[in-house]
Amino acid sequence: MGENVLLRLSGLEKSFEGTKILRGISLEIQAGEFVTLLGPSGCGKTTTLRIIAGLLEPDAGTVMLDGKDITRLAPEKRDVNTVFQNYALFPHMNVERNISYGLRVRGMKKPEWQKKVAEMLRLVQLEGYEKRMPAQLSGGQRQRVAIARAVVLNPRLLLLDEPLGALDLKLRQQMQQELKDIQKRLGIAFVYITHDQEEALNMSDRIAIMHDGQFEQIGSPEEIYEHPQTRFAAGFIGQTNLIEAKVVEAGADGLTLEYNGVRFPARRADFGAKAGDEVALSLRTERVGFARKPIAECALPGVLKSRHYAGGSMRAIIRLDSGREVLALCQSAERAQGEAGERVFLCWNRDEAPVVR
Amino acid sequence: MQEEYREEPRGGRGDRASFLLSTPLIVWTLLFVGATIVYILVLSFLKRDPDGFGVTGEFTLENYARLLDANYAKVFWNTIVLGFKTTILCVLLGYPFGYFMGRASKKWRTILMLLVIVPFWTNALIRVYGWRILLVGNGPINSVLMALGLIEKPLKLLNTSGAMLLGMVYALLPFMILPTYTSVEKMDWSLVDAGRDMGAHPFKVFLTVTLPLTAPGLLTGCVLVFVPSLALFFMADLLGGPSDLVIGNLVNDQLLKSRDWPFAAALSVVLLAITCLIMAVYRRLGGKSSDMAMF
Repeated sequence: MGENVLLRLSGLEKSFEGTKILRGISLEIQAGEFVTLLGPSGCGKTTTLRIIAGLLEPDAGTVMLDGKDITRLAPEKRDVNTVFQNYALFPHMNVERNISYGLRVRGMKKPEWQKKVAEMLRLVQLEGYEKRMPAQLSGGQRQRVAIARAVVLNPRLLLLDEPLGALDLKLRQQMQQELKDIQKRLGIAFVYITHDQEEALNMSDRIAIMHDGQFEQIGSPEEIYEHPQTRFAAGFIGQTNLIEAKVVEAGADGLTLEYNGVRFPARRADFGAKAGDEVALSLRTERVGFARKPIAECALPGVLKSRHYAGGSMRAIIRLDSGREVLALCQSAERAQGEAGERVFLCWNRDEAPVVR
Repeated sequence: MQEEYREEPRGGRGDRASFLLSTPLIVWTLLFVGATIVYILVLSFLKRDPDGFGVTGEFTLENYARLLDANYAKVFWNTIVLGFKTTILCVLLGYPFGYFMGRASKKWRTILMLLVIVPFWTNALIRVYGWRILLVGNGPINSVLMALGLIEKPLKLLNTSGAMLLGMVYALLPFMILPTYTSVEKMDWSLVDAGRDMGAHPFKVFLTVTLPLTAPGLLTGCVLVFVPSLALFFMADLLGGPSDLVIGNLVNDQLLKSRDWPFAAALSVVLLAITCLIMAVYRRLGGKSSDMAMF
């Protein structure tokens, strides 16, 4: 890492009419990397993307591309292209003219750009659609044209603003794979915006979880899933139960937490928790089980409120003695022992439950 | 913007109901538009009663033959030239105005809209008299110019071709601004972002994206300016010089001064024909009649 940095954002800030949208965004992207900005709507993802594209100027901070400061450079002078959220295809131009727009603006001659357009249409599997107007295309086809139009300019960096947001689930899953393939084949770095965690986990080399104008955590999908740092990061990815607990002892090997008068071990927190800290424990639904006796290192007593067969797993709700209800999706019978109304223990393995801020 | 064409279901009860509902409109149109046009058309083929105001029942093509007279042809030509000048000036002034109005903040949009609309609430004739007061020999414009020492004696501003063109542009400018504004306002500006993102300079984006996509508004504006400009006879009377006449003046004179109703009718028919021709061109260029309704 380091010498191959393609894009470097440092300390980006932006306000709109007195509301702070970005509060210090810093990120480094390697050449050819697929980075996803994941967050709820209004968290500042699109603003960040527009600043990278040059369509917005930050109030503070810098954008460096290939070691050059491009913070105030006009969008048309940046080696960066965008796939817009609503595709933004020119409605008065056919597919061919949409895709070749950037080439024609650069003064490329017709035979040359026609060759490039054909190449692109092959890439996005839309051969024969040259003369169609955008209004005559389906959502998925428009999406492909938008990608072709951005990729034909051979940018170092492609920005994609929820490119699959308007497509139905099946098409979305298919396009995820295609986009990933295109990205690998062309070796272009992608900055991809989505609010769909599954999409982010499937496609990204790294995910940056964004919340309220800041990055909560940046890491590989695995890191983000297995080692969330904050309550928000833990809650946004996957399905989890956040248990508010207190650190009673912080050792070199791990922590001891207390919840509702019960003490249990927990793994070391990456952020360095010390005794007395208020933390949260992320109990992923698929990593907890219940039994009549404590069957794992960690256990909290409660009552089994309900259990249903949910196709491949048992979906159970356990009401802890504190009154807090916990959802469990138990994969094996051995981790789902007890009938509704019985007293049970909610059980989990120490190392499978990260401690978060 | 492209609009999808949707076929309405034919036949059935819905169709009959909508027909019944539109009956008053159809009757109204037939009575007050259709009937008068037929009346004028018939009138234009009749002979004038030499002894009075009316007509004899005799059929004749003489009224149309008279139109070929060089003097009348010249007025037609002048009218069309003036119409073009008016339209071009309205495009040059109105398109930028409508564009910035469409791009302005909500507050400014309201202010600009009021500036365009409020004069509409005052009678056009009264506003033209206002211009007379401004332009007259000892009026404020000449007084200021003389006080500044820029001129020695008053310029002749009133009753000139220039004053007439000014009046035309003044009266018809809103008809250019409003459709332009509408088309700019409903434009998808992410398309401009997309254009720049792909490497086009702002002006290039304007030429290749904004202008083509707002062209329908511009075209509507041109028709809405050009067509009325052919008939604004009081502009010629109040601001124009002695030779500045439009077709509307001829109709007005024949009707009220010469009392030659059949000839006035023939002039009107030609005016109507020109208008129909313009509408046909407008439709051919892709304009929609519904875009003409501005309010």
